Amino acid sequence: MSGQVDKAANTGVVGKVVDWIDDRIPMTRVWNMHIAQYPAPKNFNFWYLFGSLAILVLVNQIVTGIWLTMSYVPSAEGAFASVEYIMRDVEYGWLLRYLHSTGASAFFVVVYLHMFRGMIYGSYQKPRELLWLFGMFIFLALMAEAFMGYLLPWGQMSFWGAQVIISLFGAIPVIGEDLTQWIRGDYVISGATLNRFFALHVIALPLVLVILVFLHIVALHEVGSNNPDGVEIKRKKGSVAEEDKPKFKFHEYYTSKKDIVDAIPFHPYYTVKDVLGVAGFLILFCAVVFFAPEMKGFFLEAPNFEAANPLKTPEHIFPVWYFTPFYAILRAIPDKLLGVAAMGASIVVLALLPWIDRGSVRSIRYRCGFHKVNIAQFVVTFLILGWAGATPQTTFSTILSQICTVTYFMFFVLLFVYSKNETTKPLPTRLTK
Amino acid sequence: MSNAPVDNSRRRFLTIATSVVGGVGAVGAAVPFIASWNPSERAKSAGAPVEVDISKLESGQLIRVEWRGKPVWIVNRTPKMLEQMKQHEGNLRDPNSEEPQQLASAQNGYRSKRPEIFVAVGICTHLGCSPTFLNGSFGELVEGTDSGFFCPCHGSRFDMAGRVFQNVPAPLNLEIPPYTFIDDTTILVGEEEGVA
Amino acid sequence: MMKKLVIGLFALLPTLSMAAGPSVPLMEANNDLTDNASLQRGAKLFMNYCLGCHQMQYQRYERTFRDIGIPTEIGKETLIFDGSKVGSHILNAMDQDDAAKWFGAPPPDLTLISRVKSPDYIYTYLKSFYKDDSRPFGVNNVVFPLVGMPHVLQELQGLPTPITEEVEENGQTVTKVVGVETDGTGEMSVDEYDQAARDITNFLAYVGEPSRLQSEALGIKVIGFLVIFFILAFFLKKEYWRDVH
Repeated sequence: MSGQVDKAANTGVVGKVVDWIDDRIPMTRVWNMHIAQYPAPKNFNFWYLFGSLAILVLVNQIVTGIWLTMSYVPSAEGAFASVEYIMRDVEYGWLLRYLHSTGASAFFVVVYLHMFRGMIYGSYQKPRELLWLFGMFIFLALMAEAFMGYLLPWGQMSFWGAQVIISLFGAIPVIGEDLTQWIRGDYVISGATLNRFFALHVIALPLVLVILVFLHIVALHEVGSNNPDGVEIKRKKGSVAEEDKPKFKFHEYYTSKKDIVDAIPFHPYYTVKDVLGVAGFLILFCAVVFFAPEMKGFFLEAPNFEAANPLKTPEHIFPVWYFTPFYAILRAIPDKLLGVAAMGASIVVLALLPWIDRGSVRSIRYRCGFHKVNIAQFVVTFLILGWAGATPQTTFSTILSQICTVTYFMFFVLLFVYSKNETTKPLPTRLTK
Repeated sequence: MSNAPVDNSRRRFLTIATSVVGGVGAVGAAVPFIASWNPSERAKSAGAPVEVDISKLESGQLIRVEWRGKPVWIVNRTPKMLEQMKQHEGNLRDPNSEEPQQLASAQNGYRSKRPEIFVAVGICTHLGCSPTFLNGSFGELVEGTDSGFFCPCHGSRFDMAGRVFQNVPAPLNLEIPPYTFIDDTTILVGEEEGVA
Repeated sequence: MMKKLVIGLFALLPTLSMAAGPSVPLMEANNDLTDNASLQRGAKLFMNYCLGCHQMQYQRYERTFRDIGIPTEIGKETLIFDGSKVGSHILNAMDQDDAAKWFGAPPPDLTLISRVKSPDYIYTYLKSFYKDDSRPFGVNNVVFPLVGMPHVLQELQGLPTPITEEVEENGQTVTKVVGVETDGTGEMSVDEYDQAARDITNFLAYVGEPSRLQSEALGIKVIGFLVIFFILAFFLKKEYWRDVH
C-alpha cells in the first residue's frame, strides 16, 4: 500500500495493462498528482473530515436516488402512492428511501460543518476565494436540489412548502406574479410543477452538483489545502533548508514551483484517516436510518405522511430544518420584498466573506479575542434562527428572529471593520500539531 | 525520500484486515440494491395463482387465462385429437417430453394430469410470440393431424400436447405451468402441491 | 440491549414541536409492535369496526398476515370480508363522494395515520368519545372537537359522559371537557376497552411503518459491523500515522 506507482517498475500483466492505459489517459499521473503524492498539511484535525464525508453523502444520494427513480412515479396522481409502494412493496425499498431522506439531512449537516471549518480557519482568504465561491455555488445548488426533492413525495408538507417558497418569487417587483406562474406551470403547484422539479432533481441539478464538486476539488488542489494554523505549507522556492523538508516524495508539479514544509502525502495518511471518519460517520448515520428515520419530525415531517391536498393547509408549515435559519430571516421582516431580499442577502454575504474579511491572519487560533466572540455569537445566532424558523410564529419568536437577523449581518459588518487593523498573535513559522 | 512505509507485518495485517472487512461491507451494502430488483409485492400479487372454472369448457374448445402476465391455454381435447397425437410422434423433436418444460406430473404422453384437459403457457419457445390454435385446419401443415398450434411469427408448429415438430425454428415443447385440480371443474393455475 | 440503548438515545432528543396540537395532554399508548397477539386482535377490530369506512389503500392483506403471524388461509377466512384476494390492498367499497356527503369529509385513509398523528394520539382519540346530543351522531371527542364520525366502538365501550371543568379564558369562565367517564353500558370493562384501544393503536402503528421491526433488527447488525470496522480503521490509522512527526 505504498501507493507509489513508478512507471519503470511496471512489469507483469497488471503493470502492462497500467502502461497501456497510461499511454492513452493520464491515470497514474493523476493518481500520483492528486492522491499519492499530493502534499497535504500534516495537522488536519476533526474539522477536516467533512469534505470527504460530503463526497460520501453525495455518492449515497446519487446511488439511492437512481434506485428510487426505478419505482417512483412522477405524477400528481401517482407520486404519493408510489412512495408508499417503495416503502411497502419493493424489497428493501424502505431502506433505499430512508438512506436517501436521511442522506439529504446528513448532506446539510456535513456541509454546514464544512463551511464552519472554512470560517474558523479562514480557508476562504486569498488565494482560496474561488474555492470558497465554488463551495457557495455547491451550497446553492444543494439547496435547490433539496427543495425540489422535497416536493417529490407529494405529501402535504411537500405541496405547501413548495407553494410558500415559490410564492417568494412573487415579491420581485413587476415580473413577480408572472414568474411564479411560470415556475409552477399552473395557477397552483400541480402535476406540471412536480414533473419539472423531478427532471431538475434527478438529472439537471445532480449534474451541476457533480461538475461544481469537481471544480471545487480542482481549485483546492491548485492552491493547496489551508490548515488549522492558517500558515502556508508552500514556501518560496529555495527558502527552506534541505533538513526541514519532509521525507516524503511529492509530485514535481508542486515541488518544482515551491518548497514544501510540514506536509504528508494524501495517500495513505489521509485516506486511512478519512476511512476512520467515514466509519464513525456511518455509525451515526445508520443509527438514524435504522432507528429514527423521522428524526423526531426534523428529517421527515409528520404532515408529509398525508397526500398533498390543495384545499387544506396543514396547521403549520415549516421548511425542513436545514432551511429554517434563512426562513427565520425571511419571516423576521414584515415586508415581503424586503424579507426576500434579506434572505437572499444572508447568503450573498456568506459568499462575499473573502472580501469582507480584510485580515491577513487566517486561523481563529491567532486572531484577536473579539473575532472569537464574533464567531461565537454568529454560531449562536444561526442556531437561534434555525430554532425560530421551525417554530410557529409568536411575538416572542418574531422579536427573537429580528434580533438575530441583525446579529447575523452584524457579524459581517464587524468583521469588515476590525479585520483591517486587527491585533493578532504571532504566527508560528512551522505548523503546530 | 520515499513514501514507502517502514514495512512491517502489523501494517500489512491491518491493511488487509480493514480492506477485507470493508469489502464485506461493500458487498453487504449492495444487497438491498440488488434485492430491490426482485418482483415486488405488487408483481407477486398480480402473478398469484389463478383459479379457472372449466365446467363450461366444451370438448375441442380452448380458453385463455392470464397468469403472471402470460397467456395460459386450457384445452378440452377431443378423443380424435388424443388419438391423432400418437400417430405423428415420429415427426416430433421431443415426443417423450425429456426436456424440462413441464413438471413430473405432466411428463407423460398427454403432457397433462388428465388426458383430455391440456394446460400450457401459450408462448412459442422460439422468440416469444403466441401461437394460433388451428382447430381442424392444421392438416394443411401436418398431414393426418387435424388440430395443432401454429406460430405466425416464424412458422413453428406444435401438436395438441404442445410438442414441437421437427424442422421448425422453435427448439422446445411448449411450457406446461404448475397447476392443480381443486375439484372436478376448477383448476388453479400457478400452483402445484409440493411445488412452489 | 444495544437496540434499547440506541432507541433510548433518540428518545432523549427534543421533538419538533407541533405547538397547536390537541388541547389536552395525550395518554400513552404503550403499544408493542412485537406483541403479535395484540396486533392480531387489533387487525380483527380494525376489519370489523373501521374498514367499513376507512381504507388502508397502500397496505396488502397478505403482507399484513405474514408480518403479524396469521397463516394466510386463516386470515383469508376470518379477516377478508369482501372476497378480495390475499394479495390485494385493504379496501372498502365506500364511494368517496357519498361519504363526503354523509360525514362532511370523506373518512381518511388510515394506512399512515399513526405517522401523521402518533400512536398516543390514536389511543387517546379512541378513548375520548363522549355523549353530546348537539352533534349529528350524538357524540363528540375531547382530542378532536366536532369530530364528524360516530362512536363506532360504542357497543364495546358504552357511551361515556363528559367530565367538565370551569376554566378562566380571556377573563371569562368557560366550561371545558377535560375527560370522559364510562357509563358502563358497553360489552367490555374499562380495562378490556383500554386493551382494545391499545390493540387497534398497535395495529395502526404497525401498518404505518410495516418495516419497523425488520429495520431495527437489521440496524443492530449493521451498526455492530460498523463498530468492528471502526476499530480496525482506528488501528490502521494509528499504525500509518506513526510515520508522521
